[in-house]
Amino acid sequence: MKFFNSVLLTALLSFIAGVYISYWWFFAVVAFLVAVLIHQRGFKAFFAGFLGLFILWFILAFWMDNANDGVLSVKIASLLPLGGSKWMLLIITAIIGGLVAGFAALSGSYLRSSSSKK
Amino acid sequence: MRIAPFLVSAIITTGLVFALNKPWGDKVPMPLGKFLSPQFGIWQNAEQADNDFSADLKLQGLNGKVEVFLDDRLVPHIFADDDGDAAFVQGYLHAKFRLWQMEFQTFAAAGRVSEIIGDEALAYDRTKRRLGMIYAAENMLKEIEANPNTKKAVDSYTAGVNSYINSLKESQLPIEYKLLNYKPEPWTNLKSALFVKQMTETLAGAVDDLPLTNARSFFSDDELKILFPQVPDSLEPIIPKGTVFPKPTVVPVKPAGADSIYLGKKDTAQLVDLYQPDPNNGSNNWAVAGSKTKSGAPILCNDPHLELSLPSIWYEMQVTTSTMNAYGVSFPGIPGIVIGFNDSVAFGFTNSQRDVRDYYEIKFKDDSRQQYWFNSAWKDATMRPEIIKVRGKPDIIDSVAYTVFGPVMYDKTFPADTISFKEKNLAVRWSAHDPSNELLMWYYLDRAKNYDDYHNAIKYFSCPSQNMAFASKRGDIAIWQQGHMPALWDRQGVYVMPGFDSSYMWQDYIPMEENPHVVNPERGFVSSANQRPADSTYPYFIPGKYDLYRGYTINKRLGELQKITPQDMMNLHNENYNAFAQMMRPILLKYTDENKLSADEKKMVDMVRNWNLKNDYDEKAATVYQTWFDSLEVVVWSDELTKAKGLYPSERTLVEALLRDSAFKYIDDINTPEKETLNDAVTAALKKATPELMDEDKNDKLTWGKHKNTTIYHLLRTSAMPFARPSLHVGGGQHIVNAVQHSHGPSWRMIVQLTDKIEAYGVYPGGQSGNPGSKYYDSFVDKWAAGKYYTIWFMHAGDKLDKKVKWKMIFDKL
Repeated sequence: MKFFNSVLLTALLSFIAGVYISYWWFFAVVAFLVAVLIHQRGFKAFFAGFLGLFILWFILAFWMDNANDGVLSVKIASLLPLGGSKWMLLIITAIIGGLVAGFAALSGSYLRSSSSKK
Repeated sequence: MRIAPFLVSAIITTGLVFALNKPWGDKVPMPLGKFLSPQFGIWQNAEQADNDFSADLKLQGLNGKVEVFLDDRLVPHIFADDDGDAAFVQGYLHAKFRLWQMEFQTFAAAGRVSEIIGDEALAYDRTKRRLGMIYAAENMLKEIEANPNTKKAVDSYTAGVNSYINSLKESQLPIEYKLLNYKPEPWTNLKSALFVKQMTETLAGAVDDLPLTNARSFFSDDELKILFPQVPDSLEPIIPKGTVFPKPTVVPVKPAGADSIYLGKKDTAQLVDLYQPDPNNGSNNWAVAGSKTKSGAPILCNDPHLELSLPSIWYEMQVTTSTMNAYGVSFPGIPGIVIGFNDSVAFGFTNSQRDVRDYYEIKFKDDSRQQYWFNSAWKDATMRPEIIKVRGKPDIIDSVAYTVFGPVMYDKTFPADTISFKEKNLAVRWSAHDPSNELLMWYYLDRAKNYDDYHNAIKYFSCPSQNMAFASKRGDIAIWQQGHMPALWDRQGVYVMPGFDSSYMWQDYIPMEENPHVVNPERGFVSSANQRPADSTYPYFIPGKYDLYRGYTINKRLGELQKITPQDMMNLHNENYNAFAQMMRPILLKYTDENKLSADEKKMVDMVRNWNLKNDYDEKAATVYQTWFDSLEVVVWSDELTKAKGLYPSERTLVEALLRDSAFKYIDDINTPEKETLNDAVTAALKKATPELMDEDKNDKLTWGKHKNTTIYHLLRTSAMPFARPSLHVGGGQHIVNAVQHSHGPSWRMIVQLTDKIEAYGVYPGGQSGNPGSKYYDSFVDKWAAGKYYTIWFMHAGDKLDKKVKWKMIFDKL
């Protein structure tokens, strides 16, 4: 349940932060804070952060790409060396969000464990 | 004890963010995290296929309400009471749909590309600065702002552009900003002037003075007169032959001693211009009188030939205010309708190709370049410091000396390294530097009711001089070659001129009324296609980079046609007939020694022999012909021209020389003891061309369409190929009415029949949106490539509830 909650909370709060705060990386702060608040051990925290953003970014990108009839994604997937595969672009998008959030959450988890052990 | 792991993972996190917030080099030049973030990056540019463009906006800067009706092609029809409000909304819409392009083009005009992409653009930027592009725009802006009508237009336009820029969140920036990782700056009135100067350089910036001066180290002036003739034999001029021109009122005086000091000098310029506009920039326009049309009303047609690009240089729109109602294409960057029509008249442009840029050799007193020798004394130059910002590097200050002629473009400090340069300072005299207000012409033209209004409007247009075709509902047709053009003595400005005294300066301008023009000619049509405007009886010396064959085909066809319909005009726009080949093919066939040919070579000759002379997409013979001719040019010219370090004479010059004289002096290869004949040259050219042609055939690339591979590039050229439209199925080419070359050609095709209810058709190779993530980015391309047209909807105030209105934007004052 804890895991599920932190995934959901990371995704939700990151989305809201993206609407109101004009730093693209602010979700890293969100994932960090969620991991501090809902404490889990290292790997689990990382995975929750990763999954939260992976899911959020994948769904958002997929949804926008779908509404766009894939006009842009194919072009960008050729501009970046991805062989024109929009699926690759979607997955790389999601992995980038996931990795940053995962490490941010991991940091949050370690912070909490270090402070709780004092 | 979790501090160490915390620090490690925190460092990894910030490191990741840092890395994803920075460009990654050539393959991934953008900050990847920001670029791919769905809430900030490119996914935000993925416009919904069913996007709703309707909006209700209250904006500061407006005086009243403006309604914009967008049709299903995303063409806006602006309805405003106030001219200023219409210009404001035009600026807003240009920015909304074309912001990156308009800013980038004005950066390019001002020599500021290094600011965006770094020092690889430095030589380009310095060329622009040294040509005096900003200086020219500043001179223009003073004139624009001195006139209340154009001042109001640009002030409002600028306010509209900035209103949109200020409304933008970072996530909404056009994709190119995200790609190159920078942000737009505020628009200014100067940028509109810079845009006009960029077009001016494109159309009136080309000069051969330097290569011709180089060639003079090898050829005499008399020889160069033959290699670069002023009046071609098969010229079909804009002004019908036989027209009697009045005696010139301005008679420029050739300086004493010019024959030895100037024309007879065995000189070399020792350099070439670094950047020259594409010599193919040209266009077709014509108007046919009611006497020749089926409807009895005049028809006006125009297709301006420019480098084809995405986003397109054009943006289609209608602007209706209490003083005007005009439809056509506009330039994102300036207010007004540039090519189009209104309730009463239609107008279209082609480039005059006239030479209005000359070079003068300057002698500086010393390396400081502060003083130069002029009229037997040292005269002070004005130093203009050009500060060039370079991305990621310190600014560069390039000081340019201004003389009585204009800026010293080339001197000891430029160009550096790339080109051998021998202590020669060249000042440029360019009519684009002269104060003028071209926007005022469009202000009046958009509102013209009749020929007199048109005639009054065009007098405000100085540079780049244009062939301005006109037709009115009243039944008048006309064409004027209009611009501010120097009255030159014979051979003035063909070569670099002495800059030590005032005698070689331009002495005066040709009075407007003596510019070539024709109104309601007996033959029932006017036309231009960048050919020399008049035959040799025109009383002024008018050098230029003229075309020949398109005009020949158009005039012939318009002469034959009767009961003309818009469909006939569409057919003529898309005509692939090659008049250049019509004249040249007999020579190739006559002088080929067929008994000396291999089977492959013979096959090539047969293809050319059986060709229908059309450069259609599937014609292999068109490729064979052109490659053979190109090869012949090398055979004929390369021996002398390599020695002369000059440029090749034009294709038409070779054709006409050979038609006149099959023993033309330059056929002989001066590097061999034998005397080569035309038979030798033509046969050798074929033999040289055949392997390449066989190879193309083997790879299925020999058809004309595949050979030229028509491609519309994004403005970032090869670095943004996924935003381009490559390999389009289109015929046509150089010298052909349908002038579609590899990446150059008809950038807008328009046909306007001035019946009571105007019947108009148009198409351009692009789309209304500049966003590669919009389906409106390239939505007209296929129609254009197929040679088809959209029926233009010339909306009237009573049509506001018409079903053709797809979206509605309401602007009102805040």
